Amino acid sequence: MAEEMNGKPYVRPITSEWIFRHPRYLRYMTREFSCLFIGGYTLLLIAGLKSLSEGRAAYDAFLEALKSPASIVFQVVALAFAAYHSVTWFALTPKALPLQLGEEFVSDGAISGAHYVVWAVLSLGIWVLAGAF
Amino acid sequence: MAKSNKPIVWGPFAAGGTVTAFVTPALIVLTLLVALGATPELLQYDALLAFMRHGLVEVVAAGVVFVSLWSAAHRLRITCYDLGVRADTLVATVVYAVALAGTAAAIVYLSRL
Repeated sequence: MAEEMNGKPYVRPITSEWIFRHPRYLRYMTREFSCLFIGGYTLLLIAGLKSLSEGRAAYDAFLEALKSPASIVFQVVALAFAAYHSVTWFALTPKALPLQLGEEFVSDGAISGAHYVVWAVLSLGIWVLAGAF
Repeated sequence: MAKSNKPIVWGPFAAGGTVTAFVTPALIVLTLLVALGATPELLQYDALLAFMRHGLVEVVAAGVVFVSLWSAAHRLRITCYDLGVRADTLVATVVYAVALAGTAAAIVYLSRL
């Protein structure tokens, strides 16, 4: 069994080309890359908070900076990734937190659906609170 | 049984994943409205300053910032590993440090309002 051992341990090659081997892997990485946009957008909000703490002129400059083409492109892409994160998160929730009522498990669709309802209500609530309408 | 810090890392990740799934798209829409010249009333300087000065709002804002950054940091760490970066301790230290520094900065700015 061990007669062929030559002392060199097998080193598994590490690559990232596996992503492109199947559409499922690409969707997985798309979901994971949403973290860059959600994290980046959170840092943008912190910058806004900083400007707010520095007074009216700084805050108005922040609002003005939001209107730059680069900012708009970033926000549109971030919105797409953030929404993709929401959809994938709500699809996963029933797997991570199966809910049993009596003998039966609540169906995945019902759990995801409830999350979509909460998402819609919260989003509307935030927009109403902000006076967006 | 071996001790594990997994729950400590994973708890805020799960919380952040849920919080960002529910609120981040709606927040992006608000700043996009600003970008398109239709700034929502609450995002005007006086209104936002008054709103953000409420103690409860400050606590919620700091909490949202923390779990959002933490979950993004955790996912980025796992993604680096998936892409073949095996220096996990270094990656973890950097991404979690950025998340904690961002949260600390947010708390400082909130306290100055």
